[in-house]
Amino acid sequence: MKVDTQMEVQSEAIVRFDNVVKRFGSFVAVKKADFEIGRGEFLAIMGSSGCGKTTTLRMLAGLEDPSEGAIYLDGEKVNGKATWDRDTPMVWQSLALFPFLTVQENVEFALKMRGVGKEERRRRAEKWLEKMQITEFASRNINQLSGGQKQRVALARALVTEPKILLLDEPLSALDAHLKVRMQAVLSNLQKDLGITFVYVTHSMSEAFSMADRVVIMSRGQIEQIGTPEEIYREPYNRFVAEFLGSANIFDGTVAGPSGADGWRVTFDGGETVLPKAELPDASAGQAVTFIVSAENMQLSRPDAGQDGIAATIAGEEFIGGTAMLFLETDTGQELKVQKSHDELALLNRQAGAKLVVHWAAEHCHILPGENK
Amino acid sequence: MGNENRIINGLLKLHIVLCLLFIFAPIAGSFVFSLNSDRFPSLPLGTFSTDWYRAIWEDPLVWQGFGNTLIVGLTVAVIATLLGFGGAYTDFRYNFTGKSIYVALALLPPTIPVVIMGLAMLAFLSRINLSGTTISVIIAHGVMCAPFAMAIIRLRLSQMDPDLEAASWNMGGNQWQTLRYVIIPFAKPAIFAALFITMAVSFDEFAVAWFVSGLNETLPVKILGFLQGQVSPRINAIGSLAFLSSMTLIILAQLLLRSPEDQKK
Repeated sequence: MKVDTQMEVQSEAIVRFDNVVKRFGSFVAVKKADFEIGRGEFLAIMGSSGCGKTTTLRMLAGLEDPSEGAIYLDGEKVNGKATWDRDTPMVWQSLALFPFLTVQENVEFALKMRGVGKEERRRRAEKWLEKMQITEFASRNINQLSGGQKQRVALARALVTEPKILLLDEPLSALDAHLKVRMQAVLSNLQKDLGITFVYVTHSMSEAFSMADRVVIMSRGQIEQIGTPEEIYREPYNRFVAEFLGSANIFDGTVAGPSGADGWRVTFDGGETVLPKAELPDASAGQAVTFIVSAENMQLSRPDAGQDGIAATIAGEEFIGGTAMLFLETDTGQELKVQKSHDELALLNRQAGAKLVVHWAAEHCHILPGENK
Repeated sequence: MGNENRIINGLLKLHIVLCLLFIFAPIAGSFVFSLNSDRFPSLPLGTFSTDWYRAIWEDPLVWQGFGNTLIVGLTVAVIATLLGFGGAYTDFRYNFTGKSIYVALALLPPTIPVVIMGLAMLAFLSRINLSGTTISVIIAHGVMCAPFAMAIIRLRLSQMDPDLEAASWNMGGNQWQTLRYVIIPFAKPAIFAALFITMAVSFDEFAVAWFVSGLNETLPVKILGFLQGQVSPRINAIGSLAFLSSMTLIILAQLLLRSPEDQKK
């Protein structure tokens, strides 16, 4: 039974990283990367700069060779296989379009390198120029194009060989916010139309979460969590991921004892809450437990409303579209984040220094499995 | 701008004019006297004449020197540019211990005093029985010119996004294809500029050629011979032509080396 499922996974996966380590001198850029990428999947690798995400992508492209472990591409072990012998085109952060070639020649480049004849080259390039809606720029020079147009040329150039997998290294980072959102839609639709695998490296959570089927979160060479955007958002695995997402309040507490039939009473510095047993089936009194409550699940009350909760002082406010993030500080010095609609906030006194009571429902407490092993 | 000092501005302009005058006045003088009918360069000028040009046109010794110069210049330009490209690409592409020493050594020849260079070349080339031939001048000039080519091409490659090369590999171009279709096209203006400048340097080089050329004298060496024999206004005519050809090469090189922004204008 187990063998069967494994074989199924293997034929499904187009890429497999088998305990891959990459060292540059004594610096470990990627530590034991061990994951698979499904056929036709849109996978985002996300992390801050220097976390190893680009190195991971470059190893897949064949621009770096793993120091340890194996990478399988379409079932074949590709360690040591030169990048020009793989069909793993990349869209570069710098775009890396050839400035001495026209748009059309840029798009034809990969075909020319593979010895495709002139006529065939033109025909196939034209198809992709059309698909990317840049036919009218075919004979232009690269430096005559706008940022968005260059982006489309880079995509057409990478896709012209009709690869099974496309690698993208922060391709949208140079665009302004408006264009970024439009190109995200272009990429998303393109990936669905073509049905090929996209591996997308980014430091932007909004890009990763809005486009990807699954997200890999990396930090300092380590994969911290892999999951769908929803899984990661709802159930961050550890403190790093929770902090990286930025919208969760993290509490370090101690189990004080059972609370009714399906919860634990947990005390923490400055307060007390109930943690559902569904989150933590087994626990004993005195056990340390780290849990989160997401900012939008926090409730606010006036101090005179008689609501049990944590007393906190308003420290600041940040405008986020239709909502606002309110930053508060508890009496014990912990920072709390509460995200509410402007209407809701309007009912409260939210001058800096004003006192409020913060509380939440037990069902919104989630433990961080990586911190409670 | 309101805070410019007129006196300083004026002095700076004067400084530039004087510098240019200092450099070009003798050349202009030589050009004027080359078209003067008088035997000796003296004022007032005699009548306008192209006799001296006719004289050098009809002089087989001048043609011989010019022929040697041309053969040497063209060959040196090609060899020095190839060497320079190799040196520059090595510097661009690879990181290895001792690279700074490698680059310093490769760029060293122009800093060696030409007399020492010439003597060393003569000693070395005569030991391997190559002294006194056209090939010996080509070798000596090749050594002297390659650093110029390397410096020019290196500068151009330093402006290249390193991702371009990796992008070409990533799209199926092996290292040779990438060199052929990406690196060389990108460096092309600098490669041509290097050809022109190395040719110009070889055209004008005297001292080393004097040591190693033997009977196959290049034009500058011939000119010294003329000067030692008799002072003739023919020298002015040859000098003017040599100046024009060198300037043409240098200007061509400069046009090629303009930044892409300037080229659009």
